[in-house]
Amino acid sequence: MFSVDHKVIGRQYLDLALVAVFTGMVLSWLMRFHLGWPDTPIPGLGKIAPGGAAGGVMTPEYYLALMTMHGTIMVFFVLTTAPFAGFGNFLLPIQVGAEDMAFPRINMMSFWVTLVAFLVLVAAFFVGDQPPLSGWTAYAPLSAVGKDAGPGQGWGQTLWAISIGIFCIAQLLGSLNFIATTLDLRTRGMSLARMPMATWAWFITAVIALVAFAVLMPACILLILDRVAGTSFFIPGGLVISDQLQPHTGGSPLLWQHLFWFFGHPEVYVAILPGFGIVSQILPVFARKPLLGPKVFIACLAAIAFLSYTVWGHHMFLSGMNPFSATLFSVPTLVITIPAAIVTLLWIGTIYGARLRFTSASLFALGFVSVFVSGGISGFFLAQPSTDIYLHGTYFVVAHFHFVMGVAAMFGIFAGTYFWFPKMFGRMMSETLGKWHFWLTFIGVYCIFMPMHYLGLAGNVRRYSAFTDDYLQPLIPLHRFITIAALVTGAAQLIFLYNLIRSRLRGPQAPDNPWEATTLEWSTSSPPPHDNFGGRRPVVTQGPNEYAVAGPGGRDYIMQAESR
Amino acid sequence: MTTALAPPPPAPPAVPVATGLGRPASSRVAETGVWIGIGAISMTFAALTSALVVRASDAPDWHHLHLPALLYINTLVLLGSSLTLETGRRHPGRAPLALSLTTILGGLFVMGQVIAWRQLMTQEIGGPSSAFFYVLTALHAAHVLGGMSGLVYVRHRMRAGVVSFVPYNAASLYWHFMAVLWLYLLTLLTLRG
Ligand code: HEM
Ligand SMILES: [Cu+2]
Repeated sequence: MFSVDHKVIGRQYLDLALVAVFTGMVLSWLMRFHLGWPDTPIPGLGKIAPGGAAGGVMTPEYYLALMTMHGTIMVFFVLTTAPFAGFGNFLLPIQVGAEDMAFPRINMMSFWVTLVAFLVLVAAFFVGDQPPLSGWTAYAPLSAVGKDAGPGQGWGQTLWAISIGIFCIAQLLGSLNFIATTLDLRTRGMSLARMPMATWAWFITAVIALVAFAVLMPACILLILDRVAGTSFFIPGGLVISDQLQPHTGGSPLLWQHLFWFFGHPEVYVAILPGFGIVSQILPVFARKPLLGPKVFIACLAAIAFLSYTVWGHHMFLSGMNPFSATLFSVPTLVITIPAAIVTLLWIGTIYGARLRFTSASLFALGFVSVFVSGGISGFFLAQPSTDIYLHGTYFVVAHFHFVMGVAAMFGIFAGTYFWFPKMFGRMMSETLGKWHFWLTFIGVYCIFMPMHYLGLAGNVRRYSAFTDDYLQPLIPLHRFITIAALVTGAAQLIFLYNLIRSRLRGPQAPDNPWEATTLEWSTSSPPPHDNFGGRRPVVTQGPNEYAVAGPGGRDYIMQAESR
Repeated sequence: MTTALAPPPPAPPAVPVATGLGRPASSRVAETGVWIGIGAISMTFAALTSALVVRASDAPDWHHLHLPALLYINTLVLLGSSLTLETGRRHPGRAPLALSLTTILGGLFVMGQVIAWRQLMTQEIGGPSSAFFYVLTALHAAHVLGGMSGLVYVRHRMRAGVVSFVPYNAASLYWHFMAVLWLYLLTLLTLRG
């Protein structure tokens, strides 16, 4: 169990993400049900949460707690752990031809520390009155003043801050390993130019994560101190909450927002860039064509990494900001769409004119491109302060970030799972079930999130537990439609779960290279031996993109460790 | 074990380990790891610096700190420990002794910091400037403690007869960075604290 093997650690991360994603999904079901039918009791909920949902109907505070836990679990323990830490750990060392990560013991610690962070967060369900309710962004001063700020803001919020602080440490340890391994442990012939696109993406993501989590960690420390040690980093003087004068002076709530979003925007790229890499690796395999412009792709990743540190203020247009600074943050936000758009064009160019092989993996990769574009377009409207002032507090933003980050990253995870499962477990997954899973999910997410743009434009505020105002009443039927779509789409994920479990136990034996791909993981056995290549290290002679070529034995591809 | 001083991975049996830059991996990776760690630690303290600057600007409750004089002695101790470590690098025969001495001096430094803390507490200035003082110095001391466990680990490997200056050099890099970081923090606290 306490293995230092990067492959075991990668699978442990993925298992943790699986537990987390189902937890987060159940929370979203509860929220959606309440939004559609605010007065109808949810059977059993009253027993689980007698304080927050007496008789099965949740209080507004309990709704916010579910929302906070949903967001926090999804962003940190799913979208960071699975595509980055999970797949990256399993595959990065193999793809560069190493036997393990640079610092295997630190790598092991990184997983176990992540698990501790998860347990601390989940403890907020059981300790104190209820989980915290200040959202995954934990805005001060409400997150900093303690229990006067409402239910869950006592113990719950403290556990939240501790959990995220611990999580930062874990991801710093993980990123350190990714970077050192990529820089120093590449096998002979694996020049940077020959690195697979997924490795590039994990490497650049690690650089982003290293800087981002190094900033969130001290921010969490300051938040904890404000809560438990009576300091005033984020709490202004003269603040009255729940009729209580807070014993603090001079702190700055905006300081928390700056620190948080300096981390937060890069974090959204930590969630999505591994998906970029996974898709860029999968599409050429099934299009049987080289990726268009691999150097351009890498340059775009680097540009995004850099720009992601210059845009954080676009989350704060409404928080009180000098109009000049708003412009200053708006411009790079619009500029960052350029590399993102170029990458999308490269993907489309890659599949243009190709005879695609439709598998579960390639379908999810295509789905990734679709939802990423759908979500990216709404970003333009949010990037202008003039339109964002109207849209910021509405479901338009919910639609934006779920498409561009939530769903897109999930599709990256699914694509990666269908693609690499044979390598990880030595068995094939069921393609029939995979395709059912894809189509139900793909149609489902559009039914859930597309209408939210409309809701937002109609002025439907977010972070509300029920829509009782007159002008929102006519929107309730649409909310019910979304809720039904969410329940059906969620149920479709059980197909995926069943496929995972059944294939792991009884799937047909996987060959070493079932998809006819070129990168190093496909030239070792499925699953790879403990030291990845059975005592030898591969010598790389090709780039990762040798498709549609005259390969040995009449094949249309040449593997990276194979000579022409 | 600290980030700084993870053991280099074991060399694979048949083929010599090569890297993109043509040097054996084991001789570089520990130092690379330390450099990455230095990057992350710098970011953490940069974030705290910006927080301090923001918090101090037009805050009516900001009182200037009178730093305990003991801090300057601690500074000398920490600089001295960098010197002992460097001596061991120049004269390999004295390396084990240098490691032990440096560890002890590091321990003295941390103890001195704790005493300085107590002196500051009795001043009862309170307020945000002392809060920043505690956070910055505690975080720095925690990193020094991490470095000390790294030194102990390198010493332990030398006793086990592993004659390699790779981990020694990596540990030195980290240790010197701790000294530089402390000088920076002292300056910051003197000017803005
Ligand atoms: C196409 C480029 C993009 C642009 C122009 C853009 C722009 C924006 C803007 C201006 C906001 C703030 C909206 C508001 O709160 O009023 C926002 C929110 C958000 N964006 Fe994007 N974005 C882009 C891409 C992405 C990507 C790639 C991700 C994730 C992978 C992402 C994730 C998020 C999240 C999570 C939020 C909401 C945070 C919250 O308030 O809880 N965005 N985006
Ligand atoms: Cu952003």
